[in-house]
Amino acid sequence: MSVRSTVLSQFKQVATEQNKTLAPLSDGLALLDSGLDSLCFAIIVARLEDTLGVDPFSAAESANHPATLGDFIKLYEDAAK
Amino acid sequence: MPQSDGSSLWALTNAAGRLSDRVLWGADASVILGDLARGSSLDGRIGELHGRSVLVATKDQLTAALAFIELDGIARRLVLCPPDLPQDHVPIVMATAAVDAVVSDRVPAEAGTPSVGPFVACGPRLTPVVPERNGRYQTEWILLTSGTTGLPKMVVHTLSSLTGAIQDARTQATPVVWSTFYDIRRYGGLQVLLRTLLGSGSMVLSSATESTDAFLTRAGTHAVTHILGTPTHWWTALSSSSAHRLAPKYVRLSGEIANQAILERLRAQYPQATIVHAFASTEAGVGFEVGDGLAGFSASLVGQRGADVAMKVEDGSLRIRSARTAARYLGNEGETLVNPDGFVDTRDLVELRGDRYYFVGRGDGVINVGGQKVHPEEIEAVINSHPGVQMSLVRARKNPITGTLVIADVVLNVEADSAKGRGEELKDEILRLCRAALPRHKVPATIKFVPSLAVAATGKTARRNA
Repeated sequence: MSVRSTVLSQFKQVATEQNKTLAPLSDGLALLDSGLDSLCFAIIVARLEDTLGVDPFSAAESANHPATLGDFIKLYEDAAK
Repeated sequence: MPQSDGSSLWALTNAAGRLSDRVLWGADASVILGDLARGSSLDGRIGELHGRSVLVATKDQLTAALAFIELDGIARRLVLCPPDLPQDHVPIVMATAAVDAVVSDRVPAEAGTPSVGPFVACGPRLTPVVPERNGRYQTEWILLTSGTTGLPKMVVHTLSSLTGAIQDARTQATPVVWSTFYDIRRYGGLQVLLRTLLGSGSMVLSSATESTDAFLTRAGTHAVTHILGTPTHWWTALSSSSAHRLAPKYVRLSGEIANQAILERLRAQYPQATIVHAFASTEAGVGFEVGDGLAGFSASLVGQRGADVAMKVEDGSLRIRSARTAARYLGNEGETLVNPDGFVDTRDLVELRGDRYYFVGRGDGVINVGGQKVHPEEIEAVINSHPGVQMSLVRARKNPITGTLVIADVVLNVEADSAKGRGEELKDEILRLCRAALPRHKVPATIKFVPSLAVAATGKTARRNA
């Protein structure tokens, strides 16, 4: 599975588990508008670390935090290289 | 402090009677208590130990038990050296307790203790002497707590505070055979040894080098009637193929939170047994026991007037005052064991739900998820209620967003584990249980199936912060 599809499937999985309505996923989607809250993102980051072996948030400079879903996926694609 | 009433451990053991029928069974040897009337385990050198501060540092629990029986009243102080005490802590412990004699079943070089005075060999092969056991001292018993970091705390008890909870022990009509998974050098295990000695029973001692299977088999062979351990011990025992070798009349849990799941499993495994859970700690002594088969304890116990154990809850933490609490810490002059009002803060947190208090965790074991407090034990209780789960450990995992998340390591029981391929399904089931019972931040972010959990030397599941 590509990094992109792994990330997208985690978004859907966690939204279902947490009873959140997920906005239609597109690269331009602002994470703040995705329907997920900080606990959801925390879980997504933990699970992606287990599947992809990377946690770009702990490694990255704080200025690097992604604003959109596209940025988020790119962060993981870069980290997983 | 000298005493005159002759109530040494040996005198009390003797008074309990039937010495020739009573046995202490170790893993490798055994001793009939009656033989201690005609012999000594201390190499004929007990005279050198009068009035001394004695470190009892043995490999074997049986030799330690014999030394305690012989030396209470003789030694000024007994320092109970637990088997897992790190070697580099030994000199500090000895200095703090002003140790001036060592009793061991090892040779001096192997024992690794600084030379401070007599080094007396101790063993189950008794020297035929008629020992004079005219105990003159009110011996201080020094128990070491198991801090996960730094030096252990040294807690001062007397035989009187240690045996305060043992009542009517001699009224047992049928012989009682005690046993415990605990080591007798720690508070929980020592309680069982003292109950055995004061109550005319026998005892099967555990051994750190023995498997759970082998221990249960040995306990079954000696027809153990009363057996104690932590919930972790019991989860482990119930998963052993030898659990059926026991047919106990009395099963007791202490040392960790006994949740409903473990009480039910024990009830199913040992339907003929009385199953109780108890609260005790090295500092606070034996608090109370609960025999109604339910987790938690009746709120009526708190604030009861005239009871020999007074309890109150302050800042969510259980506090106990009784004649069974320890007196003080040795060495740690800055640290208070007993508050000015006579209460010992157990640092075990309780929560009132309806008319019962439930233990929710340790003050120092709280996990902070995005600013909200989580007690791992509360989540484990939910996970353990799944029929496929043997035991579980909830722990903190660092997270860049919330600071911390909770995750769970889960040991499946034999049936669930054999259904390989159902792993994802089981994880979903467990998570669904958690979501139904717990707020979102307490639901584990990930669940990992593991073959076993690390167990500390105390018999409790090893927690980094506990």
